[in-house]
Amino acid sequence: MKLLTPFFILAALALLSLSVQAADPGEPFEDPALEQRYHRIVNELRCLVCQNESIAESNAELAQDLRAQVRTMLADGATDQEIKNYMTERYGDFVLYRPPMRADTLALWFGPAFLLLIGAVVLVVTLVRRARQDAEEEAELEGREQ
Amino acid sequence: MWRYLIPLAILLVLIGFFWRGLSLDPSEVPSPLVGREAPAFALPSLHEPDRLVTNLDLAGEVTLFNVWGTWCPGCHEEHDELMRLAEEEGVRIVGLNLRDDRETAIQWLSQVGNPFEQSGFDGDGRVAIDWGVYGAPETFVLDHRGQIRHKHIGPITHQDIDNTLLPLIRGLEQEARE
Repeated sequence: MKLLTPFFILAALALLSLSVQAADPGEPFEDPALEQRYHRIVNELRCLVCQNESIAESNAELAQDLRAQVRTMLADGATDQEIKNYMTERYGDFVLYRPPMRADTLALWFGPAFLLLIGAVVLVVTLVRRARQDAEEEAELEGREQ
Repeated sequence: MWRYLIPLAILLVLIGFFWRGLSLDPSEVPSPLVGREAPAFALPSLHEPDRLVTNLDLAGEVTLFNVWGTWCPGCHEEHDELMRLAEEEGVRIVGLNLRDDRETAIQWLSQVGNPFEQSGFDGDGRVAIDWGVYGAPETFVLDHRGQIRHKHIGPITHQDIDNTLLPLIRGLEQEARE
């Protein structure tokens, strides 16, 4: 148990890192629903300066400016779609962590499920074939014994 | 037979994907602005704060629009190449001085040379956001109509000029004459 303690600490630290948010200079919205929308949006926009962070997590100047921009647009009553359009018009679809569903992104959306399906089919076919083979061999052995 | 062909086919597909995927530079994000009009802006000029630099100043002839700042190491790196483009090749370069200190920027240019016909002073980075800039230096190539035709991300090297930028610029100049 004692040996495992460091691992528990590591695991706890790993969990903590999931909820990291960069310091946010903007005033939070009074309306909790608006504040929630804000957090959802900034967590789904990629910071292009440090590409594995969302603009919610990044401390890059650009991310700070874009967070401020999202706040301003929300305060002005922009819809989520309008904010996403604003971002993709400037930075391309790459800023969206959730890419749009289009003909050229179908492989992205359904590719993994499709590959899983193929794997499942191959597995079932192999298992059925093997079971049949075993049954045949058994029948043959029984036939010989008699 | 299939038993060997299928894994081989999968391997070939994977090699294809990795070949392509690993040779791409993830820091170069294609800009949706290429092929479009230059985004409108009006900024005070770096050297003469009372005068405006606008997107209209980019039209008329083939122009490079270069995003720079004295804080940006890549901009120092590419400076000699910009000077070469402006002085030896006669290319018009308009600058966007991003999130900089005005005095520092003017002083730097007077020390190392100023390749820019003029520079807009974008102190808070608002215009850079409209141009989809995410890291200086970035350079846009605009045709004589003021349309963005190419975006170069990162410092411009000697090879970039010889292999990509100059051929493109000469081609666009030809287009402008026709």
